[in-house]
Amino acid sequence: MTDAVLPPAHFDAAVGLARYREMLRIRRFEEACAELYSAGKIRGFLHLYIGEEAVAAGTMPALGPDDAVVATYREHGQALARGVPSRALMAEMFGKREGCSRGRGGSMHVFDAARRFYGGNAIVGGGLPIAVGLALADVLAHRPRVTACFFGDGAVAEGEFHESLNLASLWKLPVLFLCENNLYAMGTRLDRAQSQIDLVTKARSYRLPSEAADGMDLLAVEAATRRGVELVRRGEGPAFIEFRTYRFRAHSMFDAELYRDKAEVELWKTRDPLAIFAARLHRWGHVTDAALADVDREVAAEMADAVRFAEAGTWEPVEDLLTEVVAPAAAPAVASLAS
Amino acid sequence: MTTTYREAIRMALREALQRDPRVFLMGEDVGAYGGSYAVSKGLLREFGPDRIRDTPLSESAFVGAGIGAALAGARPIVEVMTVNFSLLALDQIVNNAATLRHMSGGQLNVPIVIRMATGAGRQLAAQHAHSLEGWYAHIPGLRIVTPATLADARGMLWTALQSPDPVLIFEHQTLYNMEGILADDAGAVDIDHAVVRRPGRDISLLTYGGTLGKTLAAAETLTARGIDAEVIDLRSLRPLDMSVLESSVRRTRRAVIVDEGWRSGSLSAEISARLHESLFYELDAPIARVCTAEVPIPYPRHLEEAALPQPPAIVAAVQQLVSAHHG
Repeated sequence: MTDAVLPPAHFDAAVGLARYREMLRIRRFEEACAELYSAGKIRGFLHLYIGEEAVAAGTMPALGPDDAVVATYREHGQALARGVPSRALMAEMFGKREGCSRGRGGSMHVFDAARRFYGGNAIVGGGLPIAVGLALADVLAHRPRVTACFFGDGAVAEGEFHESLNLASLWKLPVLFLCENNLYAMGTRLDRAQSQIDLVTKARSYRLPSEAADGMDLLAVEAATRRGVELVRRGEGPAFIEFRTYRFRAHSMFDAELYRDKAEVELWKTRDPLAIFAARLHRWGHVTDAALADVDREVAAEMADAVRFAEAGTWEPVEDLLTEVVAPAAAPAVASLAS
Repeated sequence: MTTTYREAIRMALREALQRDPRVFLMGEDVGAYGGSYAVSKGLLREFGPDRIRDTPLSESAFVGAGIGAALAGARPIVEVMTVNFSLLALDQIVNNAATLRHMSGGQLNVPIVIRMATGAGRQLAAQHAHSLEGWYAHIPGLRIVTPATLADARGMLWTALQSPDPVLIFEHQTLYNMEGILADDAGAVDIDHAVVRRPGRDISLLTYGGTLGKTLAAAETLTARGIDAEVIDLRSLRPLDMSVLESSVRRTRRAVIVDEGWRSGSLSAEISARLHESLFYELDAPIARVCTAEVPIPYPRHLEEAALPQPPAIVAAVQQLVSAHHG
């Protein structure tokens, strides 16, 4: 297969290598999580992002630090690419106090207020209204920011998808809706759940500028996202992108994968986003085998360090159990009522 | 000044919109229509469509949008037309508003105020008239308040807006037309404490919201029969201000809880359990309850009235308690 794609204008060897490194960080992080899950260090539900790395690594560079990100329960990739340190993310997997949500959230509830990373939402579709509201507050306060909202193909069946796209479009809010279509809502294939499987058509029905992009191709992801961000930043309303991607691993660690053929998985693995991108970097003369091996070593060292950090982390004392449910009782805003 | 519960809430909304530029109101028909209970009538003209936002019939999206806006520094007041419709936004209220502070390890908080009409009494049948505030009071992370007087209708909103956490305000729909005197300097009130609305010596009647008036009426009837009832307005359903309840019941040694919610698995059950846990040996009688019959609210007036707590039932419950356990 010949691949005639040329590097985008803003790409040089350093940018190319940075993107590759981001995808590799995500993959190695997830591989470590899978091992740690088997070892009993990570519990609960764990949803791995392996196969979908190009989406997180290709979208985040198009956003600025003031923009917001809303993600799903399969959000380790987005968190890493957004800049959540691998140490804090891994400590969160362990439920340690040093985790980015102080251990209260776990794999499905990654938060980082400083990086405007708003979860980590494990109710399918539940993040979309939140994204609409973040964008509404920006408009009301005249802040020129974008809210990027990730969700899967499963969310498209939820009412909250339709309510949110309609509301964002009606009010012309700066939301970039990013659908990661990995073909399966847990074990239910798109065409077994949706009467209209062309998701772009659905988004267009709410008058959002919409496109589909190859989610296995980092360059396609980044180009589409830059177009989307530019549209949204104009202040004329939201936009929608469907990334066609695939998860190579099971839905969660409890999934026996009875619903899809191994042959299908193997076919998608021939489109591995890291392999595709590495081949391009080679062809463009941006990297050498030695450079990629260096990245591999550095990323392996980073993940080993993250795991050591998480292992060394501390458990929140049980005495703190009831904290962070509501704010600690403050002085009443007004004098008490006389009885 | 003489005013109504509805106007008192409107005054509170107007004050909030004037005092804090971060405040905005959104919900179904709050703008051009003036609010389904006419609470926000005139505010669209006064504050414009950016701050008085009519929404589509998308409860989950606009409640969730309120949560998102609160996360980003706004102070949204979201009106849900009626408590039964709030069930369409339950995901956002229970899974997001109530959990984000906790799940984020305290990095986030959701200073949203959600107002909704609750309760029966206007023949609106079984999808517009339930009392589900007790249900919401089950949820850690939420604050639940129930203004039952003009002063609370006027004063609870501003205090709720100062809360760093989500506050749900339940306005009983039979109260909107309630007329009375409101002090000219009425303003913010605390939302933490239960208060004694009528002091008494013989029994404590514990209630809130739409049944406060009925309970006060029952207390008047009881006076004529030689029973001096104390009436307590809970005001906040979560957290419950047990100290005021306990100090009253410790004095009177008897209590009846009047709750328009159903009895099973209810707020009245919770209060009863807590009082039995803390005051069992000081009680002269088991705590009694007057609740709504366990039936979806029926349409015909006579059946609706029969389903709801009414003063004669409160009086009967008190008399039974007093006579059965008088030495």
